Amino acid sequence: MNPIINLIIFALLGVAMLALSVMAITTKSLLRSATYLLFVLLCTAGFYLFLNYHFLAAVQVSVYAGGVVILFVFAIFLTTDKDEARIKGDIRRYIYGATTILAGIVLTAFIILKREYLYSDNKSMLGDKEIPIQQIGQALMGTDKYQYLLPFEILSILLLACIIGGLLIARKK
Amino acid sequence: MFHFKQLTEWLDAFLRQYLNEGWTLFVEFLLVGAVILTVYAVLALLLIWTERKICAFFQCRLGPTRVGPFGLLQSVADVIKILLKEIIRLNHVDQRLFRIAGFLVIIASLCTFGAIPFDKGLHAIDFNIGVFYLLAVSSLGVVGILLAGWSSNSKYTMIGAMRSGAQLISYELSCGLSLMTIVILSGTMQLSQIVEMQSTGWFIFKGGIPAIIAFVVYLIAGHAETNRGPFDLPEAESELTAGYHTEYSGIQFGFFYLAEYLNMFIIAAIAATMFLGGWMPLHVTGWDGLNQVMDYIPPVVWFFGKTFFCIFIALWVRWSFPRLRIDQLLKLEWKILMPISFVNIILMAVWVLLFN
Repeated sequence: MNPIINLIIFALLGVAMLALSVMAITTKSLLRSATYLLFVLLCTAGFYLFLNYHFLAAVQVSVYAGGVVILFVFAIFLTTDKDEARIKGDIRRYIYGATTILAGIVLTAFIILKREYLYSDNKSMLGDKEIPIQQIGQALMGTDKYQYLLPFEILSILLLACIIGGLLIARKK
Repeated sequence: MFHFKQLTEWLDAFLRQYLNEGWTLFVEFLLVGAVILTVYAVLALLLIWTERKICAFFQCRLGPTRVGPFGLLQSVADVIKILLKEIIRLNHVDQRLFRIAGFLVIIASLCTFGAIPFDKGLHAIDFNIGVFYLLAVSSLGVVGILLAGWSSNSKYTMIGAMRSGAQLISYELSCGLSLMTIVILSGTMQLSQIVEMQSTGWFIFKGGIPAIIAFVVYLIAGHAETNRGPFDLPEAESELTAGYHTEYSGIQFGFFYLAEYLNMFIIAAIAATMFLGGWMPLHVTGWDGLNQVMDYIPPVVWFFGKTFFCIFIALWVRWSFPRLRIDQLLKLEWKILMPISFVNIILMAVWVLLFN
């Protein structure tokens, strides 16, 4: 695509994401905060689409918008009274926030400046073409180099443990 | 055989003659957006009229008859009415979330609508991950419904939204699993390819028993996804007035109403695409005469015929069964439909290994 159009799309997405992030942490209402977070996550999905990585974009939308944010909203519904769904200003919050931001900047700068990507010799990771879903599926289910069956299965054990834990908590005595 | 691909490709070539690539794309994006919005609105009008007529048929009435021939202009009149209505500003509601909620619901529905293949070359989005995209984007609507219920500051809307959230999250699983059954059979997630692969026989015939089970599960789960009777307890009018959109008025209510009807269409269209061949005419291998005759019917007619067949089944169910209780609803999903879907996926894998 045209580089200027690319730049415009990137700038729009970036500005929207920044503005929404700031709104998400400065708003006083918990539910509004969750909504802005949803929009931030959608902008991230937009970036993935922009990189031609459709699979990750769909995962982002379905896991975060369809799962995590709905979970947040439900948790807010169930745990807080309507009048109490407000965040109180506290000086410690700002200190924690500033520390996290600094750590994030340092980490990102470190990664970008080192810039020796582990998979830079893997052809499928390069170029702006759409990666076919078959390839992603085989990578997730294979045991060769650059394939991820073991992490995938370990994650499923983690999920199983979560389910059992949830059942234990929810079970009536 | 006439395909809309010829028209869209001609348009693309025509624009490219006079404009450079960036402007061509820009004009095409605008055109696609305008066409999708128009079709979305017109289909909603048509669906509301169809629903009222079919509902009347099941209840031995006539339905709308006065405005236009067969009452066809009734829903146009309704739209004018809803546009002229006042949007009431309520006190003590979270104004911003209250407004965002309706848009979220309709955007989720529109994004899904764009991915439906109406004909060869007549779909806005054709990702490699088509089916997954549909499932992902349609889950955005739940957030809108929850926000609408909470921000209206009313007990009816709150209870409606909680019920609706529980219902949509639960039935999404069966929907997804039954679509995955077909993905196993087809080996691809791209909707255009899924339709192409059904040129030798629709998947409901090719897939045998597992495909038929998946079709029935999808129809039930999809029907529950649209919040319509017998699964309409989020908006049960006898107990909750209108559920999560009780406090909305004017065109803000119209958004929810439009999205509800279009979601019914989208579910039916996906069912038609995945199981009944989408725009692909009925082909039987070996019967060349029949295949040629079937090819003379335009693909768009096939697509809408199949979709309206599924819609008719949905309306039939809606006006025939009484509403479920919330525990019955959740039991139906978690104890009946989901185990069936899981077993069905394994069955389909065995079927593919044996016969393909």
